[in-house]
Amino acid sequence: MAEGSQTGIQAVMSPVSGEHGDLAVATSGLTKKFHQQVAVNAIDLRVPRGAVYGFLGPNGSGKTTTIRMLLGLIRPTAGHHRLLGQAMPDRAGEVLPMVGSLVEGPAFHPYLSARANLVRLDSVDRHADPRTTKARVDGALDRVGLLAAADKKYRAYSLGMRQRLAIAGALLEPRELLVLDEPTNGLDPQGTREVRHLIGSLADDGATVLISSHLLSEVEQVCTHIGVMHVGTLLTQGPIAQVRAVGEARARVVTGRPQDAARVLGGLGLADVVIQPGVAMATVGTFAAEEIVVALVREGVPVTGFAVERPSLEDLFVSLTGEGFNVSG
Amino acid sequence: MSAADLSATGTTELATSPAARPLRHISTRFLRSELRLIFGRRRNQAGMGILAVVPVMIAITVKLSAPRPGRGPDFFASITSNGLFVALAALSIELGLFLPLAVAAIAGDSIAGEANIGTLRYLLTVPVHRTRLLAVKFAAITIFSLVATLWVSLVGAVAGLALFGGGQMTMLSGTQIGMGSAVLRVLLATIYLGLCFASLGAIGLFISTLTEQPIGATIAVVVINVLSFIMDSIPQLSWLHEWLPTHWWMSFGDFLRDPIAWGDVSRGLLTAAGYMLVFWLASWARFADKDVTG
Repeated sequence: MAEGSQTGIQAVMSPVSGEHGDLAVATSGLTKKFHQQVAVNAIDLRVPRGAVYGFLGPNGSGKTTTIRMLLGLIRPTAGHHRLLGQAMPDRAGEVLPMVGSLVEGPAFHPYLSARANLVRLDSVDRHADPRTTKARVDGALDRVGLLAAADKKYRAYSLGMRQRLAIAGALLEPRELLVLDEPTNGLDPQGTREVRHLIGSLADDGATVLISSHLLSEVEQVCTHIGVMHVGTLLTQGPIAQVRAVGEARARVVTGRPQDAARVLGGLGLADVVIQPGVAMATVGTFAAEEIVVALVREGVPVTGFAVERPSLEDLFVSLTGEGFNVSG
Repeated sequence: MSAADLSATGTTELATSPAARPLRHISTRFLRSELRLIFGRRRNQAGMGILAVVPVMIAITVKLSAPRPGRGPDFFASITSNGLFVALAALSIELGLFLPLAVAAIAGDSIAGEANIGTLRYLLTVPVHRTRLLAVKFAAITIFSLVATLWVSLVGAVAGLALFGGGQMTMLSGTQIGMGSAVLRVLLATIYLGLCFASLGAIGLFISTLTEQPIGATIAVVVINVLSFIMDSIPQLSWLHEWLPTHWWMSFGDFLRDPIAWGDVSRGLLTAAGYMLVFWLASWARFADKDVTG
């Protein structure tokens, strides 16, 4: 496929890119060492086109270093990667105009207004049309709710407003891929909801979104895929349902006689039987869950409640990382 | 959502592909934005104000007390005969510290300033190619250097002509030229010095790629500038003098000889061009591959 021919998906899914064609982000063995410390250890990130990919992990787990490598700000020590099917950093000039990014917090000239800062960003973009700058800048400011404060100096902005302005900077042009590093940092709950909503609407427009966060609850609701980083390693990734399915379902019996219930569960061959006051639990495994209640009733155990529970993502992270999710790595 | 669903969604959305946006090849937008940043910044406007104080001060003090013969640079003695000499006297005073300091502030800020506040990473992901960034930054430094030097000359000329008048100008070689030629000579001398300072700016650009502290880069440039003057005054280092970045600066007076003494100013321009080339390339070698973590 000829270079520069970007008329459709075929151009992006060129034979050269092969199996990576349907991936917006594909890394292979991507590694970064700072001196002797390994910040990112041979990760194979796979973000399908159209996905909202939650890139999760505690602070210091290597998320930002990975994002810096993805965008060509730092060189990988080993490994390589493609964005939108094209090799980086060789094709950065062609790929990055299609990528909007927010890296490690907002950064603007403090003595310029919000609007002047966005105009500055636009004026260095060789792909930007100067005739539409004003409309695009105002559109981006409007989308993040900053239009009323557009002429305030950046210095006078609160952290939440700065964060919004950085997101506006990523939205100056239509993008195929958005790489957002901790976009909800410093936002109040209302702001966080708005950013979630914004990400949803970007995804509806067809953009692929890679969003990093150390707060699972903030992104869980909008993500179609997740990847979990811990101490520089990608522990797991995939569609959210698939990652969740890794955790085993557990039967939970609410009863006045938990000892008897536990005996029945054990008798059925269920593993990891746990007794708590008024509750008996066990791993369901391949056993048909509906048969459990039948067996309990047959044995005369009074059942006031029954549920099959999958572990929450939060529980899953604790089991994957061996520590609480918000703890610094 | 399955992988098949995802790629299907992906395919439908490329009608609005941003890749369709054409590349605009020749544009001065970035450079103009850069100049707006430099000249729009309060700190730099205050600096320009300070640069203007010297010629005004010279004009007023000379007016109030006629200079005694034998003191100060040649230009001072001539001020009362033609106000244009205020411009030259101001340049000869300011080339020691004020003008190099102004250029050092801008050059030191060029890359380190953007790295310091983090805007560098956003410029690079726009994307701005690193070579283009260095080229535009250096062009802006050179333009600032010329503008700052011309500003000093302009203020000096206006103040001088207002207080002492113009007319025939007596050259350093003793002959006289008309007012029009005199203005041209002063303009040439000013541009020459502006280019000399821009070569110091190239050193500043390089140092600015080494650090994320713009003040540190500025101080380093001033230190190099002062060291160069000091070494230039040590006779034992005479073999080194003609290679020093500041050595040919005072030759700007040669534009006031009749005819213009091109020998030294040519060497000065070559030296400036050499420093620009070497240090721009050094910046590139340093920055093209550098990890941007700020």
